[in-house]
Amino acid sequence: MLKLEKCTKIFEKGTINEKVALNQVDLKVNKGDFITLLGSNGAGKSTLFNAIAGTFLVDEGKILLDNENITYVADYKRAKVIGRMFQDPLKGTAPHMTIEENLALAYLRAGQKTASFSRISKKDEEYFREKLSMLNMGLEDRMHTLVGTLSGGQRQALTLLMATIVTPKLLLLDEHTAALDPQAAEKITALTKRIVEENEITCLMITHHMKQALSIGNRTLFMSNGRIVMDLNEEERKQISVNELLERFKESSKEEFDNDRMMLSE
Amino acid sequence: MLYIIQTTLTLGFVYSLVALALFISYRILDIADLTTDGCYVLGMAVSVTAAYYGHPIFGIFLAIIAGMAAGYCTAFLQTRMGVPSILAGIVTNTGLYTINLMVMGWSSNVALLKKETIFMLFKHLGIGGPWMDLAIVAVIVIGCMALLRYFLSTRLGLSIRATGDNKDMVAASSINPRFTITVGLVIANALTGLCGALVGQLQKSADINAGTGIVVIGLACLIIGETVMNGKKNMTRNILACLIGNIIYRFIYAIILQTRLIPIDFLKLVTALIVALAIASPSLKENFSLYARRRKESL
Repeated sequence: MLKLEKCTKIFEKGTINEKVALNQVDLKVNKGDFITLLGSNGAGKSTLFNAIAGTFLVDEGKILLDNENITYVADYKRAKVIGRMFQDPLKGTAPHMTIEENLALAYLRAGQKTASFSRISKKDEEYFREKLSMLNMGLEDRMHTLVGTLSGGQRQALTLLMATIVTPKLLLLDEHTAALDPQAAEKITALTKRIVEENEITCLMITHHMKQALSIGNRTLFMSNGRIVMDLNEEERKQISVNELLERFKESSKEEFDNDRMMLSE
Repeated sequence: MLYIIQTTLTLGFVYSLVALALFISYRILDIADLTTDGCYVLGMAVSVTAAYYGHPIFGIFLAIIAGMAAGYCTAFLQTRMGVPSILAGIVTNTGLYTINLMVMGWSSNVALLKKETIFMLFKHLGIGGPWMDLAIVAVIVIGCMALLRYFLSTRLGLSIRATGDNKDMVAASSINPRFTITVGLVIANALTGLCGALVGQLQKSADINAGTGIVVIGLACLIIGETVMNGKKNMTRNILACLIGNIIYRFIYAIILQTRLIPIDFLKLVTALIVALAIASPSLKENFSLYARRRKESL
């Protein structure tokens, strides 16, 4: 479904700040996979997402989505089939547009047949209402409220709905609950699980929550220094404990840790 | 008196097209589009020159197309050539000065003495009478407003609004900002060109310097309207605010003209002050409340 072949991305190449953010990454994501992605800061998780979403082009390597080479496809074109959510709830919605307008934008842009001048119909409105009521936040009665007045959790729930209202081929979640309070985070996590499972969306999720990483989805990847160093399938995940994972986390990030220490001791 | 009301309303309606243009560029896209001054004169020059040669209606359409071209130039410079948006407008504006002179046959003004304008076409049929100018202008402007309101809820319209509202969500929402900014600026300048075209035929003349300060006056009207309408809340209100603001501005203008409250030569300075104060008001308020708080605490 999604295939990365030897993808490399180097920032500030040739300068003293040169950083290999992705190092010959090979990854094969199967259809229906729900992958959690772990790794310390600077391991290359977000860089990997940026490469898949097309925020920048990779320096080397090839990216295939459904056997179609998308290595050089612009980010906004990829967004038609790749949904994405960020940590910051402010990044996914337009604050001066209403809930309905935000949904309309997401719904119309991802539809395959809609023309530039198409608008939402009464029927679409009903559909939005139904989808919003699924969030259990009472947003269905506030369709004409400006999004800027919603709480972080509500905005993130709306963003999740916008990213999935037309089922994407791939959903990228970049720590999308990290900026929320624990209750809201739990709610969004539960919603994510439900929506992803119901629509059988292929999904990659970055998280720092070890327990969550092992309990959600069917596969866990571990990144370190721009490489995927561990790839656990469902069986392997069952056998590994959080402590064990932490151990290996420390082990694999030891190099980074040492680097940090070196810098600090200087 | 009646004549003054008539003229004021007519001018209020016609100039609200510039306010609408600025609403699109400044409010929706969050770009200060300085093409406006030159584009307004371009519309005027094209329409008056066409009318001079006997094609008043065709002239209006040509002026709209000319405005679109000017908007495209500015958009091209900023989205494809990496020119900062304000500079892009200034560059186009400067170039337009020569283009405008060229359109007007290298003279600084063209007058339509005893030539047909669109405002005379109906007079021949004997309908309308003295309110005809206002009626024609009102129909065109209200038509533009209705079209714009409709457009802003379409997929493309929503995309343009999102582009100006949240830059972070743009790419992730499969919006190509180059395209939406271009479309937005083209529409804005089409409206500005149309405004110049109508004013030119109303006044039966075109002048190379007619555009000076149009952008500031347009902004003043936009802000007056938003304040009166308590706007920024929904699109219909915001669009109507452009019209209301203009009518209020033109009434103030007429009163000043009649009463000589302020010498008329000072009008542009006063307008500039109004705009500066209105745009600065949020930070002025903040500074003032901070000042008041600190004063209170020190007492």
